[in-house]
Amino acid sequence: MVNTQVTLCGIALENPVIPASGTFGFGREFAALYDINCLGTFSFKGTTLHPRFGNPTPRIAECAAGMLNAVGLQNPGVEHVKAVELPALAQIFHKPVMANVSGFSVAEYVSVVEQLTDEPQIGWFEVNISCPNVHGGGMSFGTSPAAAEEVTRAVRAVTKKPLIVKLSPNVTDIAAIARACEAGGADGVSLINTLLGMRLNLRTRKPLLANTTGGLSGPALLPLAVRMVYQVYEAVKIPIVGMGGVSSAEDVLELMMAGATAVEVGAANLVDPYASEKIVKALPQVMEQYGIARLADIIGAAHR
Amino acid sequence: MQQICTVLENTPLTASVWRMRLGADTAAVTAPGQFVNVKLPGFYLRRPISICDFEEGSLTLLYKVVGRGTDAMTRIHPRHRLDVLVGLGNGYDLSKSGQTPLLVGGGVGVPPLYGLCKALLARGKAPQVILGFNTREEIFYEAEFQALGVPVYVTTVDGSYGQRGFVTDVMKDLSYTYFYTCGPLPMFRAIEKTARTSGQYSFEERMGCGFGACMGCSIETKSGAKRVCKDGPVFEREEIIW
Repeated sequence: MVNTQVTLCGIALENPVIPASGTFGFGREFAALYDINCLGTFSFKGTTLHPRFGNPTPRIAECAAGMLNAVGLQNPGVEHVKAVELPALAQIFHKPVMANVSGFSVAEYVSVVEQLTDEPQIGWFEVNISCPNVHGGGMSFGTSPAAAEEVTRAVRAVTKKPLIVKLSPNVTDIAAIARACEAGGADGVSLINTLLGMRLNLRTRKPLLANTTGGLSGPALLPLAVRMVYQVYEAVKIPIVGMGGVSSAEDVLELMMAGATAVEVGAANLVDPYASEKIVKALPQVMEQYGIARLADIIGAAHR
Repeated sequence: MQQICTVLENTPLTASVWRMRLGADTAAVTAPGQFVNVKLPGFYLRRPISICDFEEGSLTLLYKVVGRGTDAMTRIHPRHRLDVLVGLGNGYDLSKSGQTPLLVGGGVGVPPLYGLCKALLARGKAPQVILGFNTREEIFYEAEFQALGVPVYVTTVDGSYGQRGFVTDVMKDLSYTYFYTCGPLPMFRAIEKTARTSGQYSFEERMGCGFGACMGCSIETKSGAKRVCKDGPVFEREEIIW
């Protein structure tokens, strides 16, 4: 019997597999297909202070080994999440959930976290300072160490729950951003969000996406994620949630060896709705294959 | 929902429209107008394709070659196996049809109306059908609809077959109790101006997942944001913001 348990910022996870925000909604569509309690946890749809429709369509474009999205943080707003989504989630998911939050000003981040912090279902906050598809917020906090530290510090002041800051790969030195978040009081960092990309329609000679640019996700990202998790592991002492192109249990092991304590699964959920469940089920056998008895032992193994 | 389906047939109907029949458990298909999402070898995202017709053990897709994915789909041979999500979305609501509903299809919007027509006939309704195409060479499924024994009107924009003009040129002179349509947006806008009853429109949008998770295909409606893949693709006329 292998042991898949890990501890993320003081909370035990049965396994390190976490569907990523924006690919899993509030769990409902997937709970209709399988028992989502098999997951370590999941990160719910990025929630903002006010309801948002997001960007115009087309919001999706395909590319080799991945996809671009420019959804633009469509969500029903924090009030609705509290009143409707969390009670509905309680019916289908019985573990602490990761609350992904976003904002367009420091005050908005603070307000969303304040409104959610007393919700008993929420185990961790994942503060998204890396959405590439909204203007005047999101990624603009995640590309400057000073802004990243400021938003982390402000949110830290209003919650005692574990605070994980989600980082953008669209920077020259992600380790510097991670250090700034650690200095601001973050309990962990998650990385990577999508990589900013763009595609054109050859017939119209115009961008495929109505938003012009979008975030690249999918298997193309895995090597980038492994590299960045590896670099951040050397730069900070707080735990890392690794993500970027994860599609298999092998990918989970690779990111953990690079330094991740837990691993998020993103675009794979959209292509195969059972992807996260399949990864959870495959994990013990793949661990045995690589001689791993206790999964927590391989965190950062590549550095030793 | 997820099935490994065997390709039973994959043949061209016109220069750009193909018919693929798949061996599938169709228990998940609950209404005409639903769609499947097909994983093609070598492509990351699935291709959403409306269900033309289904019976126990098989379903029929008519698809148009619009890009590299659907082009690759034409090269898939019978007996190949495809990973398919079956029975996605909300199809047409038959309960509102009245006795003589009108079915209006434009181009590659024609396929789901075939299954709808059969379902309405099975309920004892007397549907009429308008099929609109650009030109004679693009026409498909006229004979199949005729074989159902319903009135079929064909229009072509260039007048090379049937009535010259648009589906609305026929629609304006017919009497009907309700309408169901699928086709391009400009046709929808013309129908919206012409229609004298309530009706249902089936929308198309670029999709990420096809089952409601990614918010890639959202549209704004009078009752808020809706996902074309999960809340649609069929929406009632009264819901739509034009």
